[in-house]
Amino acid sequence: MSLHHWAYVAMLVFCLAGTLPLIRIFRLRVLRQPRRLLLTILVAGTPFLAWDVYATWAGHWWFDPTQTLRWRVAGLPLEEVAFFIVIPFVTVVTYEAVRAVRRRDRTHEHPPHGEVS
Amino acid sequence: MTYTAIAVVAVLAALALDRWVARTRLTTTGTWWAAYGIIVVFQLVTNGWLTGRRIVRYDQAAIIGSSRVPFVGDGRLAYAPVEDLAFGFALVLTTCVVWVWLGHRRAKERA
Repeated sequence: MSLHHWAYVAMLVFCLAGTLPLIRIFRLRVLRQPRRLLLTILVAGTPFLAWDVYATWAGHWWFDPTQTLRWRVAGLPLEEVAFFIVIPFVTVVTYEAVRAVRRRDRTHEHPPHGEVS
Repeated sequence: MTYTAIAVVAVLAALALDRWVARTRLTTTGTWWAAYGIIVVFQLVTNGWLTGRRIVRYDQAAIIGSSRVPFVGDGRLAYAPVEDLAFGFALVLTTCVVWVWLGHRRAKERA
């Protein structure tokens, strides 16, 4: 397989590379709640994956076999299935990072009693 | 149904889920919109890669646009059909709603 086949994988790696550091930087507790995280990905991702399977089957869109890996699941490239795990995951991380930043800013504006900022 | 029609239904369903079903009301919070604002920028970049390189191609009968793939115009933005923005909005909102809803449940169980 040539480098060309990894074009879609590259996009997923980019998403993870951009978001995973946020967990450390903001000390997010996302990975410490594996059940909640997995359930979120399953419950939110599944209907969209089903939509994707239908749309691909109906011919609304299709994938370039030369820019995807060779594995297919229900007519979708493996990467497209992984998309519905990666995107909900990076969404949760981004949402929690924004929450952490806003919480921090609030604490700085209104420090708790006895604390000198 | 076309991609356009399903995309509109998905956005409405996600909004209904947030407002009336799970009652997380994330779309009334600045935090969620700030997170979505960041995500949508990266969606345009990463989806631009998928569509600009023709990794994904669309049937012109299913979208507002045509088979042409301009950067902007003809029902496209950053090479992707505008329907993809609706798809992304619905997916991101649904994900956050489920995440927050499960968090509330967890907090209640502990209380």
